Amino acid sequence: MSEDTQTVGRSEPIFKASMQWRRIKAHFFVVLGLLSVLLGVVTLLVLLADVIIQSTGWLDWQFFTSFDSRFPERAGIKAALFGTLYMMFFTMLLAVPIGVMSAIYLEEYAGDNWFTQFIQVNIANLAGVPSIVYGLLGLQVFVRWMEMGRSVLAGSCTMALLILPIIIVASREAIRAVPPSMREASFALGASKWETVRHHVLPYALPGMLTGAILAAARAIGETAPLITIGALTFVPFLPEHPLDRFTVLPIQIFNWVSRAQSEFHELAAAGIIVLLVVLIALNSVAIYLRQRLRTKY
Amino acid sequence: MAEDVSPFSHYPSRNDMSKRASRNFKEEAIRYALMATATLSIVTTLGILFSLMGETLFFFREVSIFEFLTETEWTPLFSIKKFGIWPLVTATALVAFIALAVAIPTGLLIAIYLSEFARPRVRDVIKPVLEVLAGVPTVVYGYFALTLVTPILQEFIPGLRIFNALSAGIVMGVMIIPMVASLSEDAIGAVPQALREGAYGLGATRFEVATQVVVPAALSGIVASAVLALSRAVGETMIVSIAAGQNPTFTLDPRVPIETMTAYIVQVSLGDTPFASLEYRTIFAVGTMLFILTFAMNIFAHWFVRRFREEYD
Repeated sequence: MSEDTQTVGRSEPIFKASMQWRRIKAHFFVVLGLLSVLLGVVTLLVLLADVIIQSTGWLDWQFFTSFDSRFPERAGIKAALFGTLYMMFFTMLLAVPIGVMSAIYLEEYAGDNWFTQFIQVNIANLAGVPSIVYGLLGLQVFVRWMEMGRSVLAGSCTMALLILPIIIVASREAIRAVPPSMREASFALGASKWETVRHHVLPYALPGMLTGAILAAARAIGETAPLITIGALTFVPFLPEHPLDRFTVLPIQIFNWVSRAQSEFHELAAAGIIVLLVVLIALNSVAIYLRQRLRTKY
Repeated sequence: MAEDVSPFSHYPSRNDMSKRASRNFKEEAIRYALMATATLSIVTTLGILFSLMGETLFFFREVSIFEFLTETEWTPLFSIKKFGIWPLVTATALVAFIALAVAIPTGLLIAIYLSEFARPRVRDVIKPVLEVLAGVPTVVYGYFALTLVTPILQEFIPGLRIFNALSAGIVMGVMIIPMVASLSEDAIGAVPQALREGAYGLGATRFEVATQVVVPAALSGIVASAVLALSRAVGETMIVSIAAGQNPTFTLDPRVPIETMTAYIVQVSLGDTPFASLEYRTIFAVGTMLFILTFAMNIFAHWFVRRFREEYD
């Protein structure tokens, strides 16, 4: 901008030329920004187009009802689908209550002291730990020390710890959004702390908590590395029937197929990716719907 | 809650007293139960530390820490075992560097564009796209890198192998763009509007406001977002396991197969490694290294924001 003050005394054309150049720079910058956005958008579109083209012909009924196989035309995702379902059931069963309870404690009960601070710093740090490190934790603690084996339950426990920070942060935000007047009215009528939380805070915070839980579930469904580390199988020709049975999940099945050399298996992987993405998009849509409803509430 | 609130009973009856006592007991019990669940985050951190440390200590009883940190060959799965972690570290650094070279400029440009230039309606279209991009599972990005990006790059780059750091790094960069964009946008959004208006009032163009006022004011947050992106890139697993190979080579050539720290952990996990074997312990030693690196970066990012934040009013 120092140029401007210099140009003030000069003849007009120089000033105009400089102004033009400054405008051009601004336009150029917008173009750069749009190009950057375009890189993301184009990548997403190419990725989607590619998996759709690659998977054509593979997404039939047989694909959903068959186990994995050495022969691509006989291979399917039955074991992976059921494995993902089982694992997610136990994961959410563990993570949602613990996460919501932690959030209630931190928002409604905890005093502003070093202990609370310490827990908060801990949660923030846990959110930044690479997922594969959670896998090592699960391998050592759940698989080995607690002797769960490389089972559905061990996978669920590992995954629950992984998504706990997400659920806690989302639940805390939902609780914080409940107006304080709601609590005060409840206290004024003689309700205790827990009665207030149970009957007034939680119902209002529920949609926000649900949104957080669904997004956390979407994250867990797509996670691969920690489950490979705890030793979930890559080839499972059976359905897990017990929480201590061995299992596989959809992303591991996809990883397995991508790792094979034949291009038929890559096409199978693309078909698996379509299923995975459809599930994730469905979950995210529900989360967005809930978020919208929450917005109109107050 | 079914307490008797009859207007004639001014004094609490014995029944009421015991009810109140039981109610207080219940309240306290719930309080401690909630507190216990909140403490689980501390237990998790301790669990990570103990499970990593324990096996790592056993590992360093058999392998000297000096060899681990100075040797440049990593062959724990061969008959002649060498335990120099450098090939894994350079591979991780190489892929992360390529990823950041893609993610930081584009992510930052998107953040500036969204907060300083884009109209609200454009923002409402772009932000969900970025969210979708951030929600795609990493195994899908790995598939993308191996089956689509690598063959395309092979057309232009002679000598590019099927497994290479370049393609994995580029795709990882695209994966990290939303993270850089959203963190940088938060930092830029925290810059007070008055600063922008002051600059506009002096006759600055949007470009000048963005580059000479907003970005310098938000620099601490932008640097922090870059460091967090680096931490994310270092810990990323599936893209490199699928597309970058499983050859621990001590090289910075982005065209050849390599093996990152995370990919090594995956490689060993896929085999049936017995507990308490040396191979089993190597993944904890590598995991400890990974944990220390990412932890240091996360702490640094948070410290940096706090230390160098521009304070206004």
